Amino acid sequence: MEELLDFTAGMSLALLVLVLFSIRRQHIRVEYSVSWFGAALALLVLSRWPAALETLAGWLGIGNPPLALLLIIGMLFLLVIFRLSVIISDLKDANIALTQRVAILEYRLDNLHGEARTKA
Amino acid sequence: MTPAGLDSLLIIVPAYNEEASVGRVVEEIREVLPGVEVLVIDDCSLDQTAAAARRAGAQVLTLPCHLGLGGAVQAGYKLAFELGYQYVIRADGDGQHDPRYIPAIYEALKTSGCQMVIGSRFLEGDGAPSSLVRGLGIRFFRLVLRPILGQRVWDPTSGFVGVNREALQVFSKSFPLEYPEIEALVVLQRRRFRFMEVPCRMRPRMAGRSTITVMKSFYYIIHVLLGVFVNVLKYERRRR
Repeated sequence: MEELLDFTAGMSLALLVLVLFSIRRQHIRVEYSVSWFGAALALLVLSRWPAALETLAGWLGIGNPPLALLLIIGMLFLLVIFRLSVIISDLKDANIALTQRVAILEYRLDNLHGEARTKA
Repeated sequence: MTPAGLDSLLIIVPAYNEEASVGRVVEEIREVLPGVEVLVIDDCSLDQTAAAARRAGAQVLTLPCHLGLGGAVQAGYKLAFELGYQYVIRADGDGQHDPRYIPAIYEALKTSGCQMVIGSRFLEGDGAPSSLVRGLGIRFFRLVLRPILGQRVWDPTSGFVGVNREALQVFSKSFPLEYPEIEALVVLQRRRFRFMEVPCRMRPRMAGRSTITVMKSFYYIIHVLLGVFVNVLKYERRRR
């Protein structure tokens, strides 16, 4: 149990540092780092506070706290990935609307140029 | 391209890498309906689709990124709506939709009061789907759609479709982006719009090969089924 908690704490710290460096280098935008920060902090707290983990495991009806920790890790990252899917879907919608608008504007501009040339 | 009058009609032809067939499709449409504007939506083709369409006398709307069928068709609907067209009929760039049936679709649009008219290969009883899986898919969706639409639809996957300005307004804002035909029917039903089918014949592709595989057919069925039920749920929420 101790080894698993130490490993989880180490991974959480590594994730926090990775996210911070990524923000600093502008590889990830601040608004998209929040969910990763939240997940990493939650894991750090649980791995350094065994009493809280045992309480949570009790609430979940799991007798083995490390198993509860793995379950919580899985759920947290599923939530983060789901949030990313929502963001990607929004971006795709915006991208499609922009592409259509650019094409329509380009078409209308070409037609205007054509009409102007005809009049001239 | 300037629409005139209450009966203005635009033919849209979504095309992706259809250089070998799109020119003939445009020429055939212009033979059947001289004077009617044809707009080819080039979905960022890698070949000379746009040039072939222009040579045949079509207007071309060129998408700067590949959007897929639904995105290309919706771009055409948006432009047609902005330009004030009353009716739009879609015919595919691979030549499977015989332009000789466009006048029947147009007439039905003008006289029936339906917002959508579908060219159906099964109404005359001699239509055959392109593959066994596709045939099963069509039968399956007929069953699924019957209670949702409140009427039978014989050819729910047909892309040979005409819409009037009311439907055009709806589709300009909301149109399924992948495999749009079936979901579009549900989108219209949510607004209590009506549709009808008119008989037509489908032909083999003029050139190239279909990209539909057995795996893609199954993916299609699952994807569309999910899309249909999502749209039905949206409808239920609106009604409450």
